[in-house]
Amino acid sequence: MDYAAILALQICSAVASLVLISLGLAVIFGMMRVINLAHGEFLMLGGYAAITAYNNGVNLWLAMLIVAPLTVGLFGIVVERLIIRHLYGRLIDTMLATWGLSLAMIGFVTVVFGNTVSGISAPLGSLTIGAYRTGAYEVFLVLVAAVLLVAGWAVLRFTRLGLIARGTMQNAAMAAALGVSPSLVYAVTFGVGAALSGLVGGLLAPLSGVVPTIGAAYIAKAFITVISGGAAILSGTAIASGLLGTINTAMTFAFTPVLGEVALLAAAVILLRILPQGITGRFFQRSL
Amino acid sequence: MPIRRRRLLTSAAAGLGAASVGPFVIRDLRAQDVLKIAGIHDTSGGLDIYGKQMVATMDLAVSEINAKGGLLGKQVKLINYDPQSNIQFYTQYATEAATKEKVAVVHGGITSASREAIRPLLKRFNTLYFYNTLYEGGVCDRNIFCTGSTPAQTVEKLMSYVMKKWGKKVYTIAADYNYGQITAKWIKKYTQDNGGEVVATDFFPLDVTDFGPTIKKIQAAKPDLILAPLVGAAHISFYRQWAAAGMNKQIPLASTTFGNEVVITSPEEHNGIHVVFGYLEGINTPENKAFVETIHTKYNIPHMTELAAMTYHGVHLWAEGVRKANSIDRMKVIEALESGLTFAGPAGKTTLDAKTHHNILDVYIGEAKDKKFVVLEKFPVQTPADTAAVCDLKKNPNDNKQYVIDVKT
Amino acid sequence: MSRLLPVLGNIAVLVAGLAALFGLPAFAETYVIINATIFASFAILALSLALIWGYAGILCFGQAAFFGLGGYTYAVAAINFGDTTGAAALAVALPALFAALLGYFMFWGRISDVYLGVITLTVSLILYRFVNQTAGEQWNIGEAPLGGFNGIPSTPILNWPGRPGEQLAPENIFSLAAGLLILVYFGCKALLATRFGRVVVAIRENEARVALLGYDTRRYKLAIFVVGGAVAGLSGLMFANSVFVSPTMFSLPVSGQIIIWVIIGGLGTLIGPVIGCILMQVLTNWLGTLNQVPGFGWVDPNLVLGVILMVFVLLVPKGLMALAADAVRWVVRNLPFPRRGKVPEGRKGDVRSASATGSHLESVHTSPFRRFAPPSPSGGRKSSA
Repeated sequence: MDYAAILALQICSAVASLVLISLGLAVIFGMMRVINLAHGEFLMLGGYAAITAYNNGVNLWLAMLIVAPLTVGLFGIVVERLIIRHLYGRLIDTMLATWGLSLAMIGFVTVVFGNTVSGISAPLGSLTIGAYRTGAYEVFLVLVAAVLLVAGWAVLRFTRLGLIARGTMQNAAMAAALGVSPSLVYAVTFGVGAALSGLVGGLLAPLSGVVPTIGAAYIAKAFITVISGGAAILSGTAIASGLLGTINTAMTFAFTPVLGEVALLAAAVILLRILPQGITGRFFQRSL
Repeated sequence: MPIRRRRLLTSAAAGLGAASVGPFVIRDLRAQDVLKIAGIHDTSGGLDIYGKQMVATMDLAVSEINAKGGLLGKQVKLINYDPQSNIQFYTQYATEAATKEKVAVVHGGITSASREAIRPLLKRFNTLYFYNTLYEGGVCDRNIFCTGSTPAQTVEKLMSYVMKKWGKKVYTIAADYNYGQITAKWIKKYTQDNGGEVVATDFFPLDVTDFGPTIKKIQAAKPDLILAPLVGAAHISFYRQWAAAGMNKQIPLASTTFGNEVVITSPEEHNGIHVVFGYLEGINTPENKAFVETIHTKYNIPHMTELAAMTYHGVHLWAEGVRKANSIDRMKVIEALESGLTFAGPAGKTTLDAKTHHNILDVYIGEAKDKKFVVLEKFPVQTPADTAAVCDLKKNPNDNKQYVIDVKT
Repeated sequence: MSRLLPVLGNIAVLVAGLAALFGLPAFAETYVIINATIFASFAILALSLALIWGYAGILCFGQAAFFGLGGYTYAVAAINFGDTTGAAALAVALPALFAALLGYFMFWGRISDVYLGVITLTVSLILYRFVNQTAGEQWNIGEAPLGGFNGIPSTPILNWPGRPGEQLAPENIFSLAAGLLILVYFGCKALLATRFGRVVVAIRENEARVALLGYDTRRYKLAIFVVGGAVAGLSGLMFANSVFVSPTMFSLPVSGQIIIWVIIGGLGTLIGPVIGCILMQVLTNWLGTLNQVPGFGWVDPNLVLGVILMVFVLLVPKGLMALAADAVRWVVRNLPFPRRGKVPEGRKGDVRSASATGSHLESVHTSPFRRFAPPSPSGGRKSSA
């Protein structure tokens, strides 16, 4: 019984981790049709921001929840103004430029911080479920993923900002004609996407630690999840994460971690063959 | 053609034989007052954490040699290459070091893959090679000296120590490549020798960061202790997630690879982890204290592993060989090194074994404590028994391969 | 004059290629020859992507899959066969077959654009993951251990056909690699000059129009994709003979590297990616020799490469070849003596196509909105066709 509970928790945790690492990328892709290949390094930067702040005496929660998203969000806006702005509509070129950015960020962080920055331990202690123990922080991350999805949905659905965002997604030219400044919307969107990545990077730092090359562990999975999810930012990401995360965990438990990974990737390939526009390209098209 | 040219240069030390190619003669004549050696270590990319400290200790060893007047009356010039954690560059730089710079020796290689990429090249170009990393064992080639420890030297001591202390039921989680696979077999063998049982062995590719499912699987298996030969930056996540689940207070853990991780993880995460290496920073000798002090302050390296210390030993061992041979001729140096040369340094006394070209070294069991390792016990003069079981260069001097050691369990 | 330029260009390439082919082994030092062998095998890889991306508009993010497959096929077959000739043939055939399967899967599913990129990327990642975990003994294929992360270090070197044991010397391997590079280069040129090649380029320009003219565009895309796979396999074979095979051949950085070469050299040209490849190789090679002083002053190669890539995408999006061609054209146009007639706009040889490789290179628009109105919710691009 408690084994079933712990298995369920593990699946939730795997799904949540996919949601978390994909969300920033999804926002930017869904709104702007820009694939940010420096996404993994945005996460990495969030981790460094949180840890640097913490090591300088900032409270851990402040460092993870405020400092990390703020730093990376501002960085994102700068990147948008300097690089992305010139490349709108050129999907491949933005991918290449952001990939260059990702290499440069890895190099820069290595030069500045070196490669032996010590991490922080996960707070909150551990939970006992029957005969099993698990990190309370893991459960906390599942909650964060859920909160981010719900909050994102609420913002898009109920606020003026959300209205503008949805309008831009559906018909950008019309939104511009109605007086929305496109360049502002894009800068803000990119900033928000980056801030989300920063937040997640900060939150993951206690579990994964920080090294300059950690981004590579995330980017492929995030990229695949977002594309499988399709155009709808939230539901697409959530459904794709749910599907891929479950497959991954089930195969990992039944066989090996490698097989879990391979099953995840194979599932994404088959999914895209059946639904070339991602899940929300066919189903739930009206969702957010 | 290139081989011939090189041989000419080394035998006719004055370089007169190479008169056919004008510009080279001039350069080689000028190169006479220095003796070039090369280091190939990844100082960027995923392995830079090890590469940088190895370059630092190598530089220290060379400057010490030079401070004492150099070798054969010449200053030693160190040429460093950074293969950027990319095997392809190992090939290119090894060729360049051997044929363009005509170095007396190459030290380098971190992964076994990088070693196997350059070992045949350096043999073909008749350039002596030192590999200073702990690895899975089995390399049998007269042109290479391996100064790092191998599993038989370390795992045997560790298993009997931790099983006496913690219990008989072992769960192994290992990195999924040659080192991990072979070390897992040694763990199984020595667990059985000590009357215990390995309940499960899981392998993880080097880029796995999510250990959640495994931590739950371990709990279901209820072992007495964990053996974790995990490798690389991604695998550090295991120790974090293990501690986050509170498991580090429940099931003790030992590792053959937990080295630099001690700087990156926090004391709550690593305190109590037992390790075994041919070198630990906590070794309590005056030589080692001075050595650690220099590397920390002068080179700004926060922590050293066995790799760095053995690189230092390796360079000095090579220098001893050159002194004894009174030449940098490759075969003369090899013969000198095979005469049981010894270097006593920060890692204790290390002796090159003529039969295997591996290092006979002191092995230390340590415990991680507040970002340092405390030495718990020292086992002096451990021979490379695993490689010795398959390799005898005295008998078969022309052997040239890495044997897969068959571990009987 | 304008018709003469491409011919002159071809002659120049041929002369430079032959000069390298015969000059290097005679005069250069060994390390130069070894480096040049690696460059040549990578340049073949660059050509494989230059062909399918630059001329067929298929952006393959996983070209490394075919590269790695070629290398591994060769290593495994050569260890088992003893004689390497058959292994070399297999190293080209198997990646081509794999490309055929993958291409059939994708093109008959009407997958295009970034989705195609994701699938190819994912497939190369699957191969990478798979090969990376083959360290155990259960993964031996015949005599050959796959070796996992460590790869197959004992990859046999090519022998003279029919004479196993007589291995080619490094100079011979170089001659072979350089010769193959020249052959593949002119082979691609010839292929593109055929009717088939013209249809492929037309598909890149406007697939729907070509389809309406009665061509089954999927077949043409599949065919060129298979050629690209075979060429990449060939490059993997040469790489196996100059370095050795390891899972990194399948890795994301390798796939990405190929894209960088093509972008820097010039998309829609063949010589550009070759030059881009060699320049980047020389650069990264040089970066690795910079850090002589430990402890401080590290130049990080990643930083340099990243900045170069960004600068090219932003400022030189057409690549070095187009830049050079623009410069040449400017000089020709401003020559002091009078010319007969004006250079017709439509005939600029290879360079012209660089600016016409599809929407992603059309750089000048007014509003960001016009450029990417997202697909309407009901009909995704091509998915319902």
